[in-house]
Amino acid sequence: MSKTLIRGAQVLGGAVQDVLIDGETVVEVGTGLSAEGATVIEAEGQILLPGLVDLHTHLREPGREDSETVLTGTRAAASGGFTAVFAMANTHPVADTAGVVEQVYRLGKESGYCDVQPIGAVTVGLEGRKLAELGAMHDSAAGVTVFSDDGKCVDDAVIMRRALEYVKAFDGVVAQHAQEPRLTEGAQMNEGIVSAQLGLGGWPAVAEESIIARDVLLAEHVGSRVHICHLSTAGSVEIVRWAKSRGIDVTAEVTPHHLLLTDEMVRSYNPVYKVNPPLRTEKDVLALREALADGTIDIVATDHAPHPHEDKDCEWAAAAMGMVGLETALSVVQQTMVETGLLDWAGVADRMSFAPARIGRAKGHGRPVSAGEPANLTLVDPAYRGVVDPADFASRSRNTPYEGRELPGRVTHTFLRGRATVVDGKLA
Amino acid sequence: MMRHLISAADLTRDDAVLILDTAEEMARVADRPIRKLPTLRGRTICNLFFEDSTRTRISFEAAEKRLSADVINFAAKGSSVSKGESLKDTAQTLEAMGVDAVVIRHGASGAPYRLATSGWIDAPVINAGDGTHQHPTQALLDAFTMRRRLVGRDTGLGRDLEGKRITLVGDVLHSRVARSNVDLLHTLGAEVTLVAPPTLVPVGVETWPCEISYDLDRVLPKSDAVMMLRVQRERMNAAFFPTEREYSRRYGLDGERMARMPEHAVVMHPGPMVRGMEITAEVADSDRCTVVEQVANGVSVRMAVLYLLLGGNDSAVTHTRTEENK
Repeated sequence: MSKTLIRGAQVLGGAVQDVLIDGETVVEVGTGLSAEGATVIEAEGQILLPGLVDLHTHLREPGREDSETVLTGTRAAASGGFTAVFAMANTHPVADTAGVVEQVYRLGKESGYCDVQPIGAVTVGLEGRKLAELGAMHDSAAGVTVFSDDGKCVDDAVIMRRALEYVKAFDGVVAQHAQEPRLTEGAQMNEGIVSAQLGLGGWPAVAEESIIARDVLLAEHVGSRVHICHLSTAGSVEIVRWAKSRGIDVTAEVTPHHLLLTDEMVRSYNPVYKVNPPLRTEKDVLALREALADGTIDIVATDHAPHPHEDKDCEWAAAAMGMVGLETALSVVQQTMVETGLLDWAGVADRMSFAPARIGRAKGHGRPVSAGEPANLTLVDPAYRGVVDPADFASRSRNTPYEGRELPGRVTHTFLRGRATVVDGKLA
Repeated sequence: MMRHLISAADLTRDDAVLILDTAEEMARVADRPIRKLPTLRGRTICNLFFEDSTRTRISFEAAEKRLSADVINFAAKGSSVSKGESLKDTAQTLEAMGVDAVVIRHGASGAPYRLATSGWIDAPVINAGDGTHQHPTQALLDAFTMRRRLVGRDTGLGRDLEGKRITLVGDVLHSRVARSNVDLLHTLGAEVTLVAPPTLVPVGVETWPCEISYDLDRVLPKSDAVMMLRVQRERMNAAFFPTEREYSRRYGLDGERMARMPEHAVVMHPGPMVRGMEITAEVADSDRCTVVEQVANGVSVRMAVLYLLLGGNDSAVTHTRTEENK
């Protein structure tokens, strides 16, 4: 494999440096590095980040290849600057056995665009009754460390407790989709002023917050770590902040869409805004941004949820929940966090690479940009301004809430272990 | 006038008064030996009903026929919809057959809005009730009934409901009638109070332009009209209230309670009534109860809406008078 010299990028938004990649590895970081024998990328004005890591992606394969496959999903990930994604377990069949997680893992390897780390289901069939063979999934070739019934809440307190305890044996973590099921029967959108007017079934904040409160207390009681998926309310932020202040080993993620959009968008009845947990209020959005800035929320995770066109081109109640997000995540974070002054690029590197890799125990990802480290890198042009056109997506699905919206920033290059997966903004 | 009628909240005061005045003219047609106007001759209107609703569908059909429109009734049951066809495909199929307007009833809140704004079809869309969202023609016929009773049939022309005190009682949470009425009555200058057990008032109601009370007996003496909303029996199983009897005792309207209303005040109900639940037979059958009038007025109001959305620029008034003068 040949050499690549990234010349004059601001590493993590800081000092302007040259970065020399040889083979799969970063071999030198400094100024005025020799370009001899290397392909040169002029990166003046661009930000060099560690390859992004998404702890929450739905790749849909096996089962719903009409909406996404491991190949199309990892191409979308690379386009968005990701070098590793954690694939959620709610496929068909569910990723609740070593066989299924190994299949997804192998498909990821074959794709070559992005490392795929399968997430295992906590319970058999995501049904919340019986623990899946968590140890077998961990011991498989896929080496599963993150377990989640995402899409469904592990609502049975005993099952949740046992899962939290059990995965300690192999340093696993349970990622909870916090949604009290009884409080969200028929839920269509955030419960509040807008749902009252629109006549859509309410998804109250308390349905999320009550589960998070219970789970941080369970984690404290059994001495386990717990991860909270797509935290969406100001109240949840307060609970996690309190738990961390008590020393409870809790981590939390926020999606890009919850950092930008509110339930006011639902007034259009356009199901492209239908997502679970639902878009909340302005107050929640501001609390989430602040929490991501101060570290109460550890990471940004996309909850990339592809759906075929017909599942969104319909009336609200009939539509599927979810949004694609891999290809717009960094731009939304730039707009909501960097351009608001809440987070610098080093902070973005932490929330979108270092921290998610640490929580998921992803080897070789979320590493510093320094000599001897794997060359998983993302180069961003922050000055770029573009209007989102879903036709440009590498994802097989187009269900983005940002169509027609101007967003800042663009991933110009992505390197997966030294190999360029994106060159000049295009998939290589 | 607007192109579609999706929500009562979209109507300005002048729009609403125009519809009510036009409906009075339409009502005169009903008093004539031949109850038919040629206004919509050659136009085709489809009543697209995804939810069972005999009375609303018949009311629209009567209105359409009195305006000489050609009527297609499409009920979802037994149709391609039950075989999995989408709303979009159904609507496009109908439009391809040359439908000039779609009257839609749908169980999903927002379905008419989606139909009107998604570029699926070009025809005007009239909302005949969507989920727990809106039922604007019901609100218009209720306002029409109130104006006739509380202001006067002739003296009411050109006027709104300024200062009238209207009370709606019952399942506000699941009621598209309540939402539409609150919006329209507020626009028309009325003071609206919603009375319900707290479980049947939506979270987020605080921004609505109305008062909320949990105590029916305190509100009744200050009401010019009391509208009882139907309480579906299935709500009982979801812990909204303990028993049907307890609901009736606290929020039902019986003769004794009706006696606390001012002399001139009327009792209304959008139908279908659940006698013995929210309203006793004594009240339902009394002279103060406008249920049957509301049904008759519904046809006039729907004629007015169809006329104004589909008709020409001439007012219905001159049109009908010209016919009469021949």
